[in-house]
Amino acid sequence: MNEAIWDWGYALSTLPELLEHFAKFTLVATVLGTALGAILGLVFTLVRRARTPVLSQATTVFIEFVRSTPLLIQLFFLYYVLPDVGLTLSAMTAGVVGLGVHYACYYTEVYRAGIDAVPVGQWEASTSLHLSPARTWRRVILPQAVRNVLPSLGNYAISMFKETPFLALITVPELVHTARAIGNDTSEYLEPLTMAGLVFLVASYPTALLLRRLERRLETSPVA
Amino acid sequence: MNGPPTLLDWTGNLWDGFQVTVLVTVLGALLMFALSLVLGLMSRSEHIAVRGVARVVIEFFRGTSLLIQLFWLFFALPLLGIRLDPLFAGVLALGLNYGAYGAEVVRGSINAVPGPQWEAAVALNLSRWQRMRRVIWPQAVALMIPAMNNLFIQLLKSSPLLYAITVVDLLNRGEAFRFAGGNVAAIYITLLVIYFVLAYFFTFLFGVAEIRAKARLGQHEGLGSALRQLVGSRSLEHEGARR
Repeated sequence: MNEAIWDWGYALSTLPELLEHFAKFTLVATVLGTALGAILGLVFTLVRRARTPVLSQATTVFIEFVRSTPLLIQLFFLYYVLPDVGLTLSAMTAGVVGLGVHYACYYTEVYRAGIDAVPVGQWEASTSLHLSPARTWRRVILPQAVRNVLPSLGNYAISMFKETPFLALITVPELVHTARAIGNDTSEYLEPLTMAGLVFLVASYPTALLLRRLERRLETSPVA
Repeated sequence: MNGPPTLLDWTGNLWDGFQVTVLVTVLGALLMFALSLVLGLMSRSEHIAVRGVARVVIEFFRGTSLLIQLFWLFFALPLLGIRLDPLFAGVLALGLNYGAYGAEVVRGSINAVPGPQWEAAVALNLSRWQRMRRVIWPQAVALMIPAMNNLFIQLLKSSPLLYAITVVDLLNRGEAFRFAGGNVAAIYITLLVIYFVLAYFFTFLFGVAEIRAKARLGQHEGLGSALRQLVGSRSLEHEGARR
């Protein structure tokens, strides 16, 4: 160990296990968390737009609270408190629910901004064309709102991806958890942790670049 | 003390943890601000090498996950012969990670200062330093405060991660309560509320800072008027009557 601080053979030997756990837990948690967040965020947005007296305010308070408190403690809450009320979640389920709910509270703001950014004239035109509310939403508003929100949704998906290691602390064996476990076994942390960092970088950086390109394209292309 | 502890038994412990959390957050934020400034200015440099270094550092810390950086500093660095105190490693990781995000805020805000301001400064024959110091920077600061506020809250919300490298912060004290058999729902809800109040308190401070920065630019009437608006709509009515 003293003569060779960095051992390539060892570093590469950790890679298959890291990648396996990366695919099985990190990626799955990101995809499911994003899906849950996107759907739940839409529900929050609709509930708030409906202006039902108590429900809308309660939703707003809930969103503010979740957004201003640490994800990690929310995860602990889901994982350790819910069993007391008879709802035992697996670590992975608790993690996906935690990520989904936390990010839904960000997504709902993105949706709101995206819908608000559709020009008023579009609503007025729909009304004057006698479109039903459902058609207005489906055919006029949402197609325009989607292009407004897509880049932000992508950016949040990337930041969720980078927050999946939080799940390690509620025992989900995702990438960082695995890297640390390998380190514990061999008491050589340098290689597995560095490789885990590289895996993150290799996965997130190109995605971020693609998103930036998408953003620019959406900005410059004329509104269809 | 017999039986499981109550929240009341734990107030002293939570207070100790609270102080550590605030300390880590504030130190991490100071490092974040300093790094944002340095990296942000570097990424606007004319020299491609300086710009390149800044970009690599920024993309590296933004692209890898905070927990990895934390573990790396705490577990991997000792193998290279550098052993960091957990609290120091935590502050370093928080500052580096969010500093990389902050650099983009600084860069974006400086670029967002309208072009004529730059041209006017050149026309007045101000030196580069004077131009930045007297004209551009004050305006950029007002633009960057809201985004910095967001980053600061993110940093505060990430600070419980330091629990994973044995820093004895709020979460650590909360976990000790759970291990001692205390009521889990009570402790986690208490922790969440503490973080919530902290986040609001700091957001309030950033709001004050933003008002003061704008007042300096003549874009806002200052803290006094903001307070008056808060107190009631009466002053607004007066203004309406005057108009």
